[in-house]
Amino acid sequence: MKMDFLLVLVILTNLRLLAAGRLGASIRVVALQGVLVGLVPVLAPEHGPGWRACVLAAGSVALKGWVIPWLLFRALREAEISREVEPYVGHVTSLLAGLAALGVAFWLNDRLPVLEGTSATLLAPTALFMILSGLLLLVSRRLAVSQVLGFIVLENGVFTFGAGVMPETSLLVEAGVLLDVFAAVFVMGIALFHISREFNHLDAGRLSELKDV
Amino acid sequence: MNSLSILPPVLALGLSPLLIGVIQRTKAVFAGRKGPSLFQPYFDLWKLWRKGAVYSRTTTWVFRAGPVMGLAAVGTATLLVPIGSVAAPLAFAGDLVLFAYLLGLMRFVTVLAALDTGSAFEGMGASREVWVSALAEPALLLALGVVAQGTNALSLSGMFAGLADQGLKMGPALALVLVALLIVVLAENARIPVDDPATHLELTMIHEVMVLDHSGPDLGFVLYGAAVKLWVLGLLIVNTLLPLGTGSATWSLAMALGGMLGLAVVIGAIESVMARLRLVVIPQLLVGAGALAAVALMLGMR
Repeated sequence: MKMDFLLVLVILTNLRLLAAGRLGASIRVVALQGVLVGLVPVLAPEHGPGWRACVLAAGSVALKGWVIPWLLFRALREAEISREVEPYVGHVTSLLAGLAALGVAFWLNDRLPVLEGTSATLLAPTALFMILSGLLLLVSRRLAVSQVLGFIVLENGVFTFGAGVMPETSLLVEAGVLLDVFAAVFVMGIALFHISREFNHLDAGRLSELKDV
Repeated sequence: MNSLSILPPVLALGLSPLLIGVIQRTKAVFAGRKGPSLFQPYFDLWKLWRKGAVYSRTTTWVFRAGPVMGLAAVGTATLLVPIGSVAAPLAFAGDLVLFAYLLGLMRFVTVLAALDTGSAFEGMGASREVWVSALAEPALLLALGVVAQGTNALSLSGMFAGLADQGLKMGPALALVLVALLIVVLAENARIPVDDPATHLELTMIHEVMVLDHSGPDLGFVLYGAAVKLWVLGLLIVNTLLPLGTGSATWSLAMALGGMLGLAVVIGAIESVMARLRLVVIPQLLVGAGALAAVALMLGMR
């Protein structure tokens, strides 16, 4: 039951993210989602509350709830960009698309044979939904910062999938993935800074118009 | 049907103005004022019903029929909603759809009466009212659908009676339904953050501007109908929230009435601490409420 509430909260953070209008709010929601997802390995029955799961959870919570948001807020401040998300697809439309993605996730959960016999039945659909909505955020947002957020949501989904659904995945692999994400967001933060310094904007749509002068 | 089931409509008709009084008192306390008496809405209604009515020459019978038909529609709706373990006098499979569309009928006649006046402001208010309720209706029906699906019952009385045994099993889905219903109640009753019942600028009003031309007894009917509507919609929340089906009828009735007063305090608190949302953000809020209910439905169907 605790797990169910946690996962429903995770689903709600995803929907909130799809409907969010402000970048700062989006980053905070992603941080909250990181904290919630970090708690999954502790509550997942396969691992039990062993010390490895606890260390992984602590690392994940610290990284996604604190370090990465701090990096993103810094990038936001230095790039001095507007606070609006500037989506290609409107807020209400993306919210409805998110609901459709949730339906697809539940449907896939019934269809995929790999997932048979997972104990917490909400885990797999939540993870799939997070992957789908991460993709949605990646393709439907204009600003590079939002795309970083979409990437983090995508990774949260992969993390949940690994930590909760696949008991055979070693926690070491999870920790490695976590480290990769940290490095990736770190690099992306620097890239964001450089993009905004060179071109005075972070609009990914306009980056395709680059040509030699 | 036992003799107790006369209680839901009687309580709804008798106590609904008190709910408005409690909301006003809560807002007064938040603002540091003493506030009017809890029974002020009753005095107001009494005052309005003793007055005569003034009708514009441009209006037709539609304008006069609006308030009466609205009150009749919502009065019929009170026959469908149970209070705790006290079943409603009228219960049949699918009455939740009738319930939703009785409220729809009430809105429809109010809108027609507003359009009948030919006033530009009232037309604007009518357009916004329809717009808001078109967005709130899917959320209400989806939320009721979740409860119906979880309890395998299709009448409001059966649903809420079944909820007493099933409620805890539904867990997170029920929590989502509660939030969705609360947003629907705030939107349907023209409360902050969707509409401000205390505003007096026609350009920003939604519900209130529609009834500007009503006077005397007609205005009394409109206000009374709004109070009864708040009562029946609020009762949906209270019935979902509290495990009312258990225990004796008296105990569950007392809990339900306490719950209604609590809900009025909550609405008053929301009105005191929140500002009204910008008009363009309202669809996001209401679609969000629908999304919550849809998520709950998917959780339940799994």
